[in-house]
Amino acid sequence: MTDIILSVENLTMRFGGIVAVNDLSFTAERGKISALIGPNGAGKTTVFNCITGFYKPTSGTIRLRHTEQEWQLERLNDFRIAKVAKVARTFQNIRLFPGMTALENLMVAQHNALMRASGYTFLGLFGVPSYRAAEKAAIDLARDWLDRIGLLARADDAAGNLPYGDQRRLEIARAMCTLPALLCLDEPAAGLNARESGELNELLLRIRADYGTSILLIEHDMSVVMEVSDHITVLDYGVKIAEGTPRQIRDDPKVIAAYLGADEDEAIAVMEGET
Amino acid sequence: MVAAASTSSKPTRGVDAAFIVKKAVISALVALVLFSLMIGVRTEAGSDGQLTYWTRFGDLAAMVATVFVGSIVIELLRHWWGPVETVRVVPPSATKALSFAGRALVPVLLIFTFLVPVIFYNERYILDLGILVLTYVMLGWGLNIVVGLAGLLDLGYVAFYAVGAYSYALLATTFGWSFWMCLPLAGILAAFFGILLGFPVLRLRGDYLAIVTLAFGEIIRLVLLNWQSLTGGPNGVSGIPRPTMFGIPLTPGDDGLAALLGIEFSPTHRIVFLFYLIFGLALITNWATIRLRRLPIGRAWEALREDEVACRALGINTTTTKLTAFAIGAMFGGFAGACFVTRQGFISPESFTFHESALVLAIVVLGGMGSQLGVALAALALIGGFELFRGLEQFRMLVFGMAMVLLMIWRPRGLIGHRAPTVFLERNQAISSDLVKEGAG
Repeated sequence: MTDIILSVENLTMRFGGIVAVNDLSFTAERGKISALIGPNGAGKTTVFNCITGFYKPTSGTIRLRHTEQEWQLERLNDFRIAKVAKVARTFQNIRLFPGMTALENLMVAQHNALMRASGYTFLGLFGVPSYRAAEKAAIDLARDWLDRIGLLARADDAAGNLPYGDQRRLEIARAMCTLPALLCLDEPAAGLNARESGELNELLLRIRADYGTSILLIEHDMSVVMEVSDHITVLDYGVKIAEGTPRQIRDDPKVIAAYLGADEDEAIAVMEGET
Repeated sequence: MVAAASTSSKPTRGVDAAFIVKKAVISALVALVLFSLMIGVRTEAGSDGQLTYWTRFGDLAAMVATVFVGSIVIELLRHWWGPVETVRVVPPSATKALSFAGRALVPVLLIFTFLVPVIFYNERYILDLGILVLTYVMLGWGLNIVVGLAGLLDLGYVAFYAVGAYSYALLATTFGWSFWMCLPLAGILAAFFGILLGFPVLRLRGDYLAIVTLAFGEIIRLVLLNWQSLTGGPNGVSGIPRPTMFGIPLTPGDDGLAALLGIEFSPTHRIVFLFYLIFGLALITNWATIRLRRLPIGRAWEALREDEVACRALGINTTTTKLTAFAIGAMFGGFAGACFVTRQGFISPESFTFHESALVLAIVVLGGMGSQLGVALAALALIGGFELFRGLEQFRMLVFGMAMVLLMIWRPRGLIGHRAPTVFLERNQAISSDLVKEGAG
């Protein structure tokens, strides 16, 4: 039996008359990298925003199970999804804190743990030793992550000054500093060159290996998706059209039709042939 | 920037006379249109209430000519100065001197402030001015938390100043409580009002937030003005007890401080005491703000200014983060209000108009949002400068407006625009103001 961390059940999201996601169900396994792919406008980011609480879904259930607990994410407030249910995310267009240093970005990510350690500010204001220790531990964790993503030398530079590829990796490190159970990455390879994509693959595989963090990934870059994913779900016009291992997806005629934009007759033929 | 020596290779270009003249003519035309009604025609109500008017074409011509000539002079100066984008090479000796001056500035300012009552003991005017400047420094530092750190534009900050002042005045006159009891209560009440304002504006950003906070400031003032039975309305509250030095009154009586110390009584003692009192409170404010910035709450404020959506994705409760910023900023405003009252001995709603909010906000913006030193310097420049130009009478606002416009052209992010990181591994380097966000809400 497979160990499911996230199960999306009958998720529907409407914006006025537009159905962005229609009755979508899929699951993500614990400790695995699952990918959500599909052509532009297929509704991938909408699914992400529903999972991470930025949208309230019109209907459907999103269940997250870990540490012997279960949360229904569509019922939690946005910040509680990250704080309590331990879901971290990155953004398609990078959302770092540009005016803060790389180190500070990673410190902000540990806000909730440090807040408790500082006695909700009161103890921290007078610099009690337990808070100092907690802050030092937080800096060590940040240093560890900066080392992993190769940015240790630039720890004290403003995040907004880093090259694009470094910002992408810093955003992933920042999400990891919240110690998530599920890491959601929205197009992490967008705008990266071939070498940087390769580094990203390595980073994702290492996160899975070292931390056992489950990863849910939206990606256009097939070199990333096919290489690191354990399981792929394909969306088109808000509907799931296929799912399976990378090999199965690569050979699926419906996926090829959706991506290559087969003409109508051919698409119907493909659909009828399959069902 | 000012001290930068222009050793760059400046391309020598000829003066483009046609361009300069064209620009001057356009400026003159704009001036003509603007001033034709403002200066060219003077209207007044006549003796029977009818409209009388007369023309002042001579003045109008003089104005337009000034603009024309001024435009040419500015263009020539700009040409002489060279293109702005040119990288100016600063000699290392100058950089070194500047960084030394920068590091020495804070201790020098602190020592000087500490010595002000000693140096100017016999000049009551300067002591009063010093107390006023310190009050505004405190207000500026309080607002700096809300506007500079959390990036929430608050145009009604005077409300908390008023709440602190009236809390102190009413508690002290009604219950006869001492200054040291009323001061924390004034701060707590102001913080409570900060939270009260915070709730309705949680979802507002930018202009909308500014308008609601502006209204809040006016509401508080109008309540103070109209709630006659409690606040005395426009008559204000008078007979507010003076602070005592830990129970020892600063009066000429036998139990007064002067008599106890065996020195001759002087009213200056009280002023000096007030000066040190406000100086001490300002230092506490500063210490608390610096500490808060390095705590998770302070980092969350700054992160909120940088990107609210990212904050929520990291599990930061943006509601409590905003409310604490409002509450702590308001608390410092309340302390400043209590200090103001104890100096005046009398308050009325007139002291808490929008003008005060605007002045404090100007101090924060001029100082460089988020910079403690910048805010202190701006308070000194604005309040001190205001007094300096008192001789110019109604023109001092004009001088002031000019000075602010010029400063905003040269240093659009304030006197100290860069941001110091709250934590560092190896190098504590300032972050350029180009990267630091101003906050959307």
